[in-house]
Amino acid sequence: MTLLQHDVPLSWYLLLSAALFSLGVIGFLIKRNLITVFMSIELMLNAVNLSFVTFAREWNMVKGQIFVFFVMMVAAAEAAVGLAIIIAVFRARATLSVDRIDLMKL
Amino acid sequence: MNESLHLWLVPILPFLGFLLNGVLGARMPKKLVTAIGILAPLGSFLMVVNVTAASMISAAQTCAQCGASTASVSLPYVETFARPWINLGVWHVDFSLVLDQLSLVMLLVVTGVGFLIHIYSVGYMGHEEGYARFFSYLNLFLFFMTVLVLAGNVLLMFVGWEGVGLASYLLIGFYFDRTSAANAGKKAFIVNRIGDFGFLIGIFLLLTNFGTLTFGEISARFSAAPIHLVFENGTASLARGPALPNAAIITAICLCLLLGAAGKSAQLPLYVWLPDAMEGPTPVSALIHAATMVTAGVYLIARTHVLFDHAPVALAIVAIVGAATALFAATIALAQNDIKRVLAYSTISQLGYMFLACGVASYASGIFHLVTHAFFKALLFLAAGSVIHAMGGEQDMRRMGGLRNKLPVTFATMTIAVFTIAGFPPLAAFFSKDAILAAAFAHGPLGKLLWFVGLVTALLTSCYMFRLWYLTFLGEPRSKPSHNHSTPLSMLVPLVILAALSVCGGWIGIDRFSAFLAPVTSVTRRPAIHSTATPEIPLTLAAIAVAFLGWYIAHSFYARKSERAAQFAAAYPAAYKLVANKFYVDEIYGAVIVKPLFAFSKYVLGWVVDAAILGGAAWLLAGLASLVGAILQRWQSGNLRSYAAWLALGAAAVLLFVLFYGTGFSFATIVRH
Repeated sequence: MTLLQHDVPLSWYLLLSAALFSLGVIGFLIKRNLITVFMSIELMLNAVNLSFVTFAREWNMVKGQIFVFFVMMVAAAEAAVGLAIIIAVFRARATLSVDRIDLMKL
Repeated sequence: MNESLHLWLVPILPFLGFLLNGVLGARMPKKLVTAIGILAPLGSFLMVVNVTAASMISAAQTCAQCGASTASVSLPYVETFARPWINLGVWHVDFSLVLDQLSLVMLLVVTGVGFLIHIYSVGYMGHEEGYARFFSYLNLFLFFMTVLVLAGNVLLMFVGWEGVGLASYLLIGFYFDRTSAANAGKKAFIVNRIGDFGFLIGIFLLLTNFGTLTFGEISARFSAAPIHLVFENGTASLARGPALPNAAIITAICLCLLLGAAGKSAQLPLYVWLPDAMEGPTPVSALIHAATMVTAGVYLIARTHVLFDHAPVALAIVAIVGAATALFAATIALAQNDIKRVLAYSTISQLGYMFLACGVASYASGIFHLVTHAFFKALLFLAAGSVIHAMGGEQDMRRMGGLRNKLPVTFATMTIAVFTIAGFPPLAAFFSKDAILAAAFAHGPLGKLLWFVGLVTALLTSCYMFRLWYLTFLGEPRSKPSHNHSTPLSMLVPLVILAALSVCGGWIGIDRFSAFLAPVTSVTRRPAIHSTATPEIPLTLAAIAVAFLGWYIAHSFYARKSERAAQFAAAYPAAYKLVANKFYVDEIYGAVIVKPLFAFSKYVLGWVVDAAILGGAAWLLAGLASLVGAILQRWQSGNLRSYAAWLALGAAAVLLFVLFYGTGFSFATIVRH
């Protein structure tokens, strides 16, 4: 246990989490395909999950791990709803390009 | 000790009639509307008769047993509702109804004459549109009028006061599709606002200076001696009662109340609305604008007479206003050709008599004239309505004439009414007018002048009433009526009953009448003027002589040689034009008050305040908002990725803020653990 704790320092985990999160943000911002955007969101969620379990481990508290389960659950629900929406959008407009789905403006 | 009389039923019954006919009237059969419209005032009237009987029997028992009575009802009888209307800690206002001799007399007149006029309306309004609406308004009027009469405090009276004004407005404008009627209604309402303003100021002054609005408590303040003995723990000491406000304040209160009374009772200078009010249906003119509502001003003065007794200046002004109005309106009535307008000016003139009576502190004779006037003036209006009905809506007397044979009952009753108002003995108005003139004559040097004005007015009254009589009923018909309506029985019965009342109404005599009213209207403080001995018989003879003289003049002008009147008018064209145009009062008011007000409203209020200041401010605010909106709406591109970028930037900004200006939370604390 202590072996694991001291072999890989805390900051590595956090850096990995930050890198994954940044990748997610960048993907979210620059990708045009709706499914890729969706995957980026999942990436961000999992980056945060990594931070949670890291801190849970560091402080020997179970709260962080419990929170991860919540996040997973929400992510699963979101995936179900989100994919359904994506299918509906594709059926209606025959495109998944985010730039062309822009009806939400005055 | 008082058994409950259920006074509240008197106003509530007409109110129920108003609700039923007002809400459901259009959907109910006409017979049901009539039944509701008639039964509500009948129920009210029967309640009043019951109350009267109860108090009379109690009074008789008191007399018979000399004080130790088993009387169940003693006047004044007060009915107060358990829950106060307005409760402000220091003072409170109740829903209290007071029955005393004064309100009893008024109630009998209001509900009795009101009931008769309701019956008359069944015949008169039978063919009209809005039959149910008419009856619901009439019942509404009766509700507010009984509230006004029964009110135990000034504020409740004001509710009734405003309510009858509303009913009057609705009924003057009953034919609202006619512009003149709608305008007349508005005029009545607006002119009354001026009077009501005075009344309200009077109420405020009463409240601040007396701390109460209840009539009984105000009177009690005057009767309580300022210094009185107090026995406490076996020792006697002097105590000072609550001090009275000083005379100037009482005079101010009285003048404010007088302004209110002058508005409602159509006295100078606020009388202008009453002649125009004749645009309403004739039963309305009879009920509201002759018999009951317009006498509310007289009732107000009689009701608050303790104040007036302590304000001799205000009292003198009341008398002068009354006398001036009486004379002024009588002169105008001489040259009017519309039968209802003659009667309207006659009403103003007779109301002037009542004010004159109040002004010489003879309240009982004022109320006496109020009662007899309610009988004969309601009769005059109803008879005139019968004439108009028969002529198919014609109101111009120059086109009437010779109706004596065609309308025998109307002619007979109208003749009684004309002789009554002219003051022939032994008809009702002879007694009441005589009482007023005698009271005026006894009232010092000013009184002599008032008496003389009253006498001249009596002469003019006799003149114009006989002129109306000759022009309408005698001579030859001057036009072919377009179509003949027969007069239904429901119109004739009230005429006959009112004619009987006009004959007998005065026989009770002023002495007995004022003795009956004495507990309420007896003067609490003699004015400083010394009463002179009144030569009663010469005064009465003068009054009778004047009545005959008026008849003779009218006869010589309109009966023997009908062209003489036109010649007379041609001989004095300026004077005739002045009188025929009602002294141009409407025109003067229009030029002096209405036009400047309109100009002020249009240019100052309309252009400067409304258009420039308020409109400009509103425009500026709206412009600012739309400018900001125009800028902000660029953000809403609809592009998902731009939203996401803003979101990320925002999150980064929050993160940076927490890092550098953190609220105690920073990464440093995390790392330390």
